[in-house]
Parts: sequence; structure tokens; C-alpha cells
Amino acid sequence: MLRVSLREISAALKEGRVSPTELCQRCLSFIKATKFLNAYITIAEDTALKQAEESEERYRRGQILGDLDGIPVAVKDNFNTAGIETTCASNMLKGYIPPYSATVVQKLLDQGAVLLGKTNLDEFAMGSGSTDGIFGPVRNPWSYSRQYREKSVQNSHIENEDSNWLVTGGSSGGSAAAVSSFTCFAALGSDTGGSTRNPAAHCGVVGLKPTYGLISRHGLIPLVNSMDVPGILTRCVDDAAIVLGVLAGHDPKDSTTVQDPFKPFELTSFIDASKLCIGIPKEYHAPGLSSETLALWSKAADLFENAGAKVIEVSLPHTRYSIVCYHVLCTAEVASNMARFDGLEYGHRSSMDKSTEVMYAATRREGFNDVVRGRILSGNYFLLKQNYETYFIKAQKVRRLIANDFVNVFRNGIDVLLTPTTLSDTIPYVEFIKEDNRTRSAQDDIFTQAANMAGLPAITVPTALSEKGLPIGLQFIGRAFQEQQLLTVAKWFENQVKFPMIQLQGMMDHGHTICHHQKSAFFS
Amino acid sequence: MRKSGGGRMWSLRFGRSIRGAPSGGASHWGGLSPGSRFTQAAAGGSDGRQEAAGDPRRRGRVYQNPTWQHVEQRPLPEKKVTVEVLDHLERLALVDFRNWEGVQRLEKAIQFADQLHAVNTEGVEPMDSVLEDRCLYLREDNITEGNCTEELLRNARETVEEYFIAPPGNIPLPKLEERDTFLQVSE
Repeated sequence: MLRVSLREISAALKEGRVSPTELCQRCLSFIKATKFLNAYITIAEDTALKQAEESEERYRRGQILGDLDGIPVAVKDNFNTAGIETTCASNMLKGYIPPYSATVVQKLLDQGAVLLGKTNLDEFAMGSGSTDGIFGPVRNPWSYSRQYREKSVQNSHIENEDSNWLVTGGSSGGSAAAVSSFTCFAALGSDTGGSTRNPAAHCGVVGLKPTYGLISRHGLIPLVNSMDVPGILTRCVDDAAIVLGVLAGHDPKDSTTVQDPFKPFELTSFIDASKLCIGIPKEYHAPGLSSETLALWSKAADLFENAGAKVIEVSLPHTRYSIVCYHVLCTAEVASNMARFDGLEYGHRSSMDKSTEVMYAATRREGFNDVVRGRILSGNYFLLKQNYETYFIKAQKVRRLIANDFVNVFRNGIDVLLTPTTLSDTIPYVEFIKEDNRTRSAQDDIFTQAANMAGLPAITVPTALSEKGLPIGLQFIGRAFQEQQLLTVAKWFENQVKFPMIQLQGMMDHGHTICHHQKSAFFS
Repeated sequence: MRKSGGGRMWSLRFGRSIRGAPSGGASHWGGLSPGSRFTQAAAGGSDGRQEAAGDPRRRGRVYQNPTWQHVEQRPLPEKKVTVEVLDHLERLALVDFRNWEGVQRLEKAIQFADQLHAVNTEGVEPMDSVLEDRCLYLREDNITEGNCTEELLRNARETVEEYFIAPPGNIPLPKLEERDTFLQVSE
């Protein structure tokens, strides 16, 4: 039962086939059963059950708040949640209990969603593997899937089962693992350089990055103010549209949200592909792209063409510089944003108090890990008076060039761009840690990063399994604020590829005999 | 990729993965009509790819080779990260990274960022935000929330009445040599 889509479980709740408290309890026990994945940092058991009971009362009275009423969701631990510890997987905020909730969290709660807990991430969302938080790395549920295990045996990998688990990707790895392992029906992540889409592709779920300015960032502990957006992770595109409908819209508390009214939409199942123009950016065949991903990308292009769409090769000439540009802008903004953590008003405080400077330095050394400190230091370097022009301003100019690339492409009639999401399928943790965080980020964010630079919406859809039995996703990038078109195309594509469901050995929940309609497990 | 082998290999691979699905192979990855288009595309596709740009079918094709390569990162020409720079940065950043590892990281970061200089940005304006064409929303200057002193003080480690306590300021950070003894105490 936990394997169905959000839409289906919502229908089940409305028809009374399952109650919100029962659903919540099942999810909580499933979380306990999958504890080894380390997807959750905090499990808000009491508040979740209370919310579930309130939801049940509303269903009984027939006064539900919406489609999300009673649905268990999880939130990445860099969103503030009133009364629930918010740590950003960092010593700096360990034990910090925010006095307010982020706008997006509040919107979910106002719709009656049941908040199960906070998910694990890279420290302060810096990283591409969800391996650098203080609560340990997140394991990819696909490491335990029958699909992967069978292929491992075939490749005669005689490995210790427990030590060769795979990374989830990052930095919203906990959220992706939570959705992928059926412990919740939707999760929030954040996306600054691909942090929602990367783990979504590696965990075989849908990851949506909305247009910058569509969803409020109030309460999201900021990384890069000009590129951060809350991201949505769900099992199918329809669910992402439902959650987007709840979260999007102007927020007076976040002045970077646009004031245009947002109308929630429902996706149609049918599209007229002949009216569609898909762009294939040639620079996205980057060095290091695996042959499997390339093959899938080609296959997808064929798919659209066979359906009657125009598939055209386009050029985004500054793609290769987007990572470098991101590196400079990100570290610069991080240096500025992390300055608020001085130990005075909240968070960790060092016991060294000879002077404010010493206290700040010691607090920050104790509170942040090397990755964060390294980025702050680099950021400050790029912002020095002698370097400002050559690095920071230069990066801002390159950003405009990158954004203009997209503008030109979309102006020439392209509706949606089709690209890979990651270079290859996911890799074992022991392989992943051989390179440092910055190198990995530079490698893994290569396809996802540019959409953040330009502020465009992007979605990754799980496409097929690799030879190792692991998910590979493909990414669609749309025009700004055209989420409806983007999601419609993504939904059509999802219907065509029919990505297989993960088969978790020995972790089947009881009562999944309800799933006699397994072939429509994701969508109708 | 070889022609026939490549095509068959792909269909086998996808078939294998689809067979694993609970739907028992009812699904297929081939567009609107079952089966035929899939094998057609698979068989014919590899040929189309190898041909030159003159081939009309090449229009929708993905490039088979990487279209660019990573640039070999040149080592920094002169030592950019001197002790003075590091000291200065530390006063600004206050992250206590004035050790060998910190210097290494910084140098690698600068080396990586130097690739930017290859881009020609003549006449380009810097971009602060993607929403630069829009007017920023400013709300009315009215008090809408507040009176939460207790809540705010609750999260601070050291407070007295309604004040946050800070150690004395205007004392410069100790120099690198002295700092080491400092740190030993705290670690």
C-alpha cells in the first residue's frame, strides 16, 4: 500500500479504504524498518500521529483541507520547522529548535499533510553525495533492490553485502531515499546546483526544480540566495504537480518571489507531440558521460521524434563554464550567508571567550566541517577587493552569458530541452569518497547546474535501469514559469518509458495485496 | 557503436530491465505503437548516427562523442596564497583554517576558478539575479509580528535578562604562532 502514488493514496483516504492514522503508523514503522538507510535525522513521531489524528477527524466530518490531507511527507533538514529540531546536518545547529516554520512547510501543514520527520543531507546542502553530514551518509535504497542484487551476482561481484552500498547523490539524498523507499509520499528538498535532481536521478524518483521566484524561500536556510529554490521529490510527475500547486505562489515574507498569481493545474495524459519542439543541447555531451546514459538520451530523442515532435540540436556554448561560474558565485554567497553563524543568538557556541573574534573563530571551527569552512574561505578570497573584479564580477558576467544562451534557445522556438541528469548511474560509497567534495560536486553537477544559473524550471524523470540494475534519469529544462508545459511533457515521457518499481527484498509491507493494479502503480 | 550488435544489445538490455517490473513485461519502451517502432529505431538508429551531418535523420540525434574536453588546470603562476593573504582572510572569514589543509583547498579553488578567464565577457553586464527585470516586492512598513523575545532568547547559549552576551570586542585575533596554543586548549 505504501508503494502507490500520492494521488492514489489520496483517493484511498477519501474513500475510507485506509485511515490517516493507520497510514501514518505504517510509514513510521517502515521508517524504523529502513533505519539502516539513514535517510532521516529527526522523526517527529508524536507530532505526526497528532496531525494524523486531526486529519482523521476531518475526514470523518467530511471537511478535508485538500488533496494532501493526511498524506505523510518528509522535509529536508535545512527547512525550519517550528518545534522540531533543524540541524542542516551540522554541529553548528545541532539542538537548534526554530521558533517558526518555513513558508513551504507551513503550506504543507495547512493542507493537512502529516510531517513524518526531517531528512538527512550534506552539511548545509554542500555536496553531491549526501555523505558529508554529521549524522553520516545516506544509503541508496537501490543498493538493496532485487534489480541491483541480481545484476551484482551476475557480474560475479563477491562483495560483503553491507559494505558496498551505493550513494544516493546529493545533497537532498535523505529526501530522495525516503520517497524511493516508500516511507513517505512526497518530500521537500532544496536545489542550488542540482541538489534535488541529482539524488532523484540516482534514486529513481521524480525531482522537480521550480522556476526561481515561484516558491518561497522563507525559512529555507540559505546557501546561495540567487539560485536556491525548494525542490519537490515524488514518485511520479502527477504527484509533483499536486505538491507544486500547494507550494507555489507569492509570499510577502520572501521578496524574491514573483507577484504573478499562480494557478494550480492538473496535467493531461495526452499531448499533441506534433506541436512540440524539443532541443538537444550538444554541449551536454560532456566528457565522462557514460555510454548507457548517452544511449538512453538518444533513445529518448528518438521517442519524441517518432511521436511527431520536432527534435532539434541546439547549442548552449557556455555550458562548460557553468560549473566554474557556480563555484565562484556559490562560495562568495556562502561566505556571506554563513556569516550569521557566530554562536551569539543561536546554534553552537564555543567555550573560548577571550574576545568576540576568538569566540567566533572557535565556534565556527567547531561547528562547521571542512567542506563548509573551505568554501567560506574561498568565497572570502574571491570577494577581496583585489579579486572582486577578476573573480566575482567576472563570474556574474559569465552567468549572464549562460542565462542568455537559454534565452536565445527558447526564443528560437524550442519548448523544452532534453538532457541527461547525471553522468552515469550511482556508484558505491567506497568509490565516491576517493575524490573530495569539491571535485565530486564539479563532476556531478555538470548537467543540473546551468538551470540554477538561469533560474529555469527543470525536472528529472527516471527513465530506465542501467546494466547494473540502477536508475538513470533524464532531465527536461523548460521556460521560466512554464511549469505546466514542462510537467506535461515530462508526464507524457514518463508514461512512455514506464520505469520499473524498485523491488526491495524482504521489506515488503503487508497488505500490498491492494496493489492488484501494480501496472498502474505510479499513474493512471 | 557497432550497427546490428548495438541495436540488439540495447533492446536486450531494456527488455531485461523491463522484465523485472511487476507488470510482467506488459510495458515496453517504444513510443506509441507496440514493438515495431522500437526495433525499427534500434536497428536503423545506429546507422544514422555514424553518418555525417548531411543525413537528414541526424537532425534529432545526440552527438556520439563529447563535444568538449576538460581543460588541463594550470598550476598557479605565482604564489597567490601568502601568509599575509591568509591572515587577512582569516580575519574576514573567521573559520580558523590557517593550516596546510586550508591553504591547499584555497589554492585548488583558485586554480579551478581561474578557468573563468578564458571566457570573453567584453561588454557584458554582471547579473545579480535572474529576476532583474522585475520590480522587487516591498510590503508596507507596518509591524505585523514581534513580541517574541522569550522565544528568540531561548535558542541562545548565554543570555542575561533580555540581552545576548558577547565576549569583549575590538581585540584582534592572535597571530598565527600564538593562535596555535590557543587552539590546543579548545580542541
